[in-house]
Amino acid sequence: MATAAITAERENYLNQEYGIKSWLLTVDHKRIALLYLLSITFFFFIGGFFALLIRLELLTPAGDLVQADTYNKLFSMHGQVMIFFFLIPSIPAVLGNFLVPLMIGAKDLAFPRINLLSWYLYIIAGVLMVHCMLTGGVDTGWTFYTPFSTAFSNTKVIEAGLAIFISGFSSILTGLNFVVTIHRMRAPGMTWDRLPLFIWAHYATSIIQLLGTPVVAVTLVLVVLERALHLGIFDPTRGGDPLLFQHLFWFYSHPAVYIMILPSMGVVTEIIPCFCRKRIFGYKFVALSSISIAVFGFLVWAHHMFVAGISLYAALIFSALSYLVAVPSAIKVFNWTATMYKGSITFSTPMLYAFGFVGLFTMGGLTGLFLAALGLDVHVTDTYFVVAHFHYIMVGGALMGYLGGMHFWWPKISGRMYPESLGRLAALIVFLGFNLTFFPQFILGYLGMPRRYWQYPPEFQVLNVLSTAGATVLAVGYLLPMVYFLWSMRYGKVAPDNPWGASGLEWMTTSPPPTFNFDQPPVVNWEAYDYEHIPAPQEARSGG
Amino acid sequence: MADSPIAVEHHNPALKHHFADMEQQREASSLGMWLFLATEIMFFGGMFCAYLIYRLWYFPDFGAASNSLDITLGAVNTAVLICSSLTVVMAVRAAQLGKRQQQVIYLALTLVLGLAFLGVKAVEWTSKFKEHHIPGPTFNFEGSIPSHPDQPVDQHHAQIFFSLYFAMTGMHALHMVIGVGIFSYLLYHAWKGTYTPEYYTPLENSGLYWHFVDIVWIYLFPLLYLIDRKK
Amino acid sequence: MSEHVVSAKTYIAVWLTLLVLTGVTAGVAFINLGPFNTIVALVIATFKALLVVLIFMHVKYTSEKMVKVVVVSAVFFLLLLLGLSLADYTTRLL
Repeated sequence: MATAAITAERENYLNQEYGIKSWLLTVDHKRIALLYLLSITFFFFIGGFFALLIRLELLTPAGDLVQADTYNKLFSMHGQVMIFFFLIPSIPAVLGNFLVPLMIGAKDLAFPRINLLSWYLYIIAGVLMVHCMLTGGVDTGWTFYTPFSTAFSNTKVIEAGLAIFISGFSSILTGLNFVVTIHRMRAPGMTWDRLPLFIWAHYATSIIQLLGTPVVAVTLVLVVLERALHLGIFDPTRGGDPLLFQHLFWFYSHPAVYIMILPSMGVVTEIIPCFCRKRIFGYKFVALSSISIAVFGFLVWAHHMFVAGISLYAALIFSALSYLVAVPSAIKVFNWTATMYKGSITFSTPMLYAFGFVGLFTMGGLTGLFLAALGLDVHVTDTYFVVAHFHYIMVGGALMGYLGGMHFWWPKISGRMYPESLGRLAALIVFLGFNLTFFPQFILGYLGMPRRYWQYPPEFQVLNVLSTAGATVLAVGYLLPMVYFLWSMRYGKVAPDNPWGASGLEWMTTSPPPTFNFDQPPVVNWEAYDYEHIPAPQEARSGG
Repeated sequence: MADSPIAVEHHNPALKHHFADMEQQREASSLGMWLFLATEIMFFGGMFCAYLIYRLWYFPDFGAASNSLDITLGAVNTAVLICSSLTVVMAVRAAQLGKRQQQVIYLALTLVLGLAFLGVKAVEWTSKFKEHHIPGPTFNFEGSIPSHPDQPVDQHHAQIFFSLYFAMTGMHALHMVIGVGIFSYLLYHAWKGTYTPEYYTPLENSGLYWHFVDIVWIYLFPLLYLIDRKK
Repeated sequence: MSEHVVSAKTYIAVWLTLLVLTGVTAGVAFINLGPFNTIVALVIATFKALLVVLIFMHVKYTSEKMVKVVVVSAVFFLLLLLGLSLADYTTRLL
């Protein structure tokens, strides 16, 4: 039955050309998005593999599975792979690449060849990273703190540093492409206050990528030079200041958290109005809160250094500034909730992920306020409380959004529907597994269990066993979508152009879209999230 | 946005398929170039931040180390770069006016000046190498604080100055090398007559890059060569 | 866009000013102005940079608001990096 549909299928970006060359040399933003999808999925499973080994080691108080040195490498490479090779490119490079031109009614991104170049840079960086892992790995933590990374560590710091340096260029080029595209390529009538909020979120993300990434790039260059040529800029025995490294590192790496979470917020802002059949509440506030999160994100970096020896006055300033970020974040949460209020809600898979996102992000954000408070931070710094906090943001937030978005736009990307009931089951498993993994870590941290140790006192075992059990459940939750997405590509129901009855230009072209996105250049003469005028599709809502 | 009626421009061979017209394409490239320069500002900014902090901490030693640099060579190089910026704007102007021969001459002059800058830089670095002012195990700096001639210089602090000196001038020189590569490419195309008053975006954007590199040097010269020179 | 063709005279005037200022900044460095040596050097450098940005890089003539926004915000974020770092370094009790 599915084969009959294939023969009837019209020409689209997937079947227009075949062969490996048509993929590796493509300048079509949709194909590049799929190249990214494959590569980041690969790195997600590498990072996940490290996470699994970490959780297995922590099943027992003794250091029995791996030695301390190996454990140090495991958490370092888990962090580096997950952050630089999965989370930062995840939504922008896959969903953003695919959707930004479609959503604004353009034929492609402004610089298609630079877009392909950015994927190749990512791949070069990835190959370097994999080589580094296979030949001994790195044990500095994902943060490369000096002087350990420059003077003491005898692992492959230079290689890992260069890999991340190159992946940074890939990230910069993606951001640059988005900003120019959003400014210059919008369809007639697609004014700034009609842009989907997904676009606003990516615009804000791109600002951070452009202004933050170069600073971490040059910092890593200095680390590499210091290690290779013994410069002494960060070496306290020769008059250097290790804290300077931390300042420069966190100037990027704190805003980098918003590179991961803002696109997720954009995804959720698309999903919620669609499955509530309501216009988004407070469009302008949601749009501007994305921009202000990006800007405020640059003002707070030293809250990672409260106990590192920065001046007390600076600590006070940074603590106070850190609370600023809570304001636009709260605005978003309130607006999502207000959109749901009296909405006609459907509990489809993307919506389940959106619910999960709002809840988990709120918890992650609120515990962030604990950490921004100078006094409390001293108590929980470098404990599992911090680990739990940022996993609530990065996994509970960013990753939930990514999965929600993948489900929401999968019909558009692949032209096929995924099995709805399995989708809901997976969303539930991810949510439960996630909380079982990371909620105990809040308690562990509050009780004083430090992060980055391979052993712990026996009284922490019960909570650690719970966490490891949760990680196993979580792993199942992540494998399921991969399996049924692959399954759906062949056996899934053929997707209609607009299966959710969603607003937005991307739903007004075919599924999957033709190579140049629209048969006729679109002209926009309606407002964003115009759900009063879009009928809800009964068939898709019944789920199945 | 940019959905102007189909114009004669549509037939320009330089127009890429996904743009509506030449105007949109040019505006996109120009904005892209400026955004790239913004990332460059932040890239050098990280090093300027390190420089600022250590200069505040170790001002006397920075002064001593800075005095060992050759101010004449530094000033000459500044002048060379300023001249090259002039030849770049004149080349762009020649393209705007459709004068191919002038374009070629000015671009060739730019290349010569760029290479001259790199040559002077090589001379300076070589002498630093001979004096053991390269940071690392062989580093050795003899001297005293400019304002207190009886006070010897702290070796470590002087080494930090030279670390930053080599990192910053090295990164700047790398940008110059890339610039020379780009301008050789432009020279070839200008000679072939690729750039016309309707289409000279590559020339214009490369010019922006060249001026940016010039501006970095305009700051590097006083910050590295002119610390505590007063008698 | 920078369709505007600037006269060669303007370019040469800017070029001469930049050369003169290079001489001035090198000369002033040898006069003892106390802390003002640094300030004068930076003011001259900034003035030179402004000339290059506004005239050579055509920002003065462009009708594109975005180009100006990009320049200003890049400088703003650079100052944030320097300023907030200094907030730590100038108040440390060492």
